[in-house]
Amino acid sequence: MFTSLNLRALLLSFVILTLVLGAWELATPAVKAAGELTEYEKLIGAADQEARVPPPSAVLVRAWEELSDPFYDNGPNDKGIGIQIGYSIFRVLTGYLMAALLAIPVGFLIGMSPLAYKAFDPFIQVLRPISPLAWMPLALFIIKDSQASAIFVIFICSIWPMLINTAFGVAGVRKDWVNVARTHELGSLRTALIVILPAAAPTILTGMRISIGIAWLVIVAAEMLVGGTGVGYYVWNEWNNLDLTSVIFSILVIGVVGMLLDAVFAFAQRSIQYQE
Amino acid sequence: MTNIPFLEVDLLTKRYPSPDGGDPLTVFENINFDIYKGEFVCIIGHSGCGKSTIMNVLAGLDTPTSGGVTMDGKELSGPSLDRGVVFQNYSLLPWLSALKNVIFGVKARHPDWSKEKVREHSYHYLELVGLVNGAENRKPSQLSGGMRQRVSIARAFAIQPKLLLLDEPFGALDALTRGTIQDELIRIWSGSDQTVFMITHDVDEAILLADRVLLMTNGPYATVAESVAIDIPRPRSRADIIHHDGYYKIRNHLVEFLAKRSKDLAGISKISGGQNDDPQQPKIVRPALDGVSSSEIDSATSPNLLKVKG
Repeated sequence: MFTSLNLRALLLSFVILTLVLGAWELATPAVKAAGELTEYEKLIGAADQEARVPPPSAVLVRAWEELSDPFYDNGPNDKGIGIQIGYSIFRVLTGYLMAALLAIPVGFLIGMSPLAYKAFDPFIQVLRPISPLAWMPLALFIIKDSQASAIFVIFICSIWPMLINTAFGVAGVRKDWVNVARTHELGSLRTALIVILPAAAPTILTGMRISIGIAWLVIVAAEMLVGGTGVGYYVWNEWNNLDLTSVIFSILVIGVVGMLLDAVFAFAQRSIQYQE
Repeated sequence: MTNIPFLEVDLLTKRYPSPDGGDPLTVFENINFDIYKGEFVCIIGHSGCGKSTIMNVLAGLDTPTSGGVTMDGKELSGPSLDRGVVFQNYSLLPWLSALKNVIFGVKARHPDWSKEKVREHSYHYLELVGLVNGAENRKPSQLSGGMRQRVSIARAFAIQPKLLLLDEPFGALDALTRGTIQDELIRIWSGSDQTVFMITHDVDEAILLADRVLLMTNGPYATVAESVAIDIPRPRSRADIIHHDGYYKIRNHLVEFLAKRSKDLAGISKISGGQNDDPQQPKIVRPALDGVSSSEIDSATSPNLLKVKG
């Protein structure tokens, strides 16, 4: 029964989780329940002499509360976690799809033409290392809309890995396969679609997977800046409310959503992967 | 076989510019040969004599420095479905199954065919190379080297090109697999009127398969020195041809050429004048008929004649 590696790994994961959560729980002294305090103690804030990181049990209780009603909407500063995540995913996907629509065709062009490769390379090298948030002021000024600016920031940060990987994948397609297309008299468009695209697809998808990861990292920061809605704004808002339990809960949610987004791309990657 | 050659290679020359601006490197020069309809012609030569470049020129993937190739009276330019190519490394598309790889070729050849017809036609050719009963749905990575080359051969035959080009198709296979696929190739070819041009390194393979073997001298300045007729009646089989009287005469002639004369004759095209613009055909040699020149025999491939001689 303990021979399966997966099973043993799963058990070990549980042990680690239990140890970490247990240590965390024990390191957080129990706060006296409100009922035990006198009116005076409450007034001077004696219940919390200093703010403490909440214990995991409190986070679990908060998670249960939030997840059992994820879509409530009590005005601008009190929306369910489901709504906030929905906003974030919407922004990420919009910016990301726009980036894909631009980066993949341009990457194709750059990959197929050595001239274009050399001509575009200096621009890519300069623009790529720029932190996406550095674009924010310029985006806010030009676009004049904070929501669209957040989407633009996602767009600009998603573009580079997809562009570079597409160009790299297309340029690296084996000459033999291109020759097969040539000897079968395929035109350039059909060669691109039925030979080069499937041949470069694993590399392109790797770029898309890196991009979606970066986009999810950046959206949190961007939403902290632009505010209003989204999971990044939610984290910042709970910090302003001094509700650390919700902050920890939302951090976990960000992690889980990021993992799910990555899993979708990992699945897509597996389905188009081929073995030479 | 008619008297008009189906394919004419005239004064084909390939030079590569020297990197330091000196004299260009001449790989081969003034290559002339003809191939007739339905013929199976092999070309043998040492590495570096430009066999593969000739093949690429015929396939339309490379251009010669000078000279030209005419097929069916038309000058070749660029790749065409009239010339099917089987590459040494199979060149199958790894994301497509064996059957889909053949369909890929058939679809390109017959864009107007219905899906079922394309599939049926492709399946038939896979059947010819014995790759059905489940194997047709496997990806190339799940097939052995021999099976992959079978798919590649099926793809090339399925588009029914006017000229089939085989670039050392069995070079990467072990001897036993090679023998089996050679038999299959000869069987498929016998049932068609396919014209084949094939590069090989293997003397026995050339004798088994070819009607004629072109011998190339060593490079640089390589050229086709001789055209050796294989006067062994068909159908041939690997087990039987070695008992044919002419077999060792031919084999010795080829081996002797490769071992010795290809070196001695190297650069002959340069000595005999690179400016020679008379497309002279290579000398025809018939070792199986004790070297009698072609003019003395009217129908060299006639089995009767061979029987008398044998």
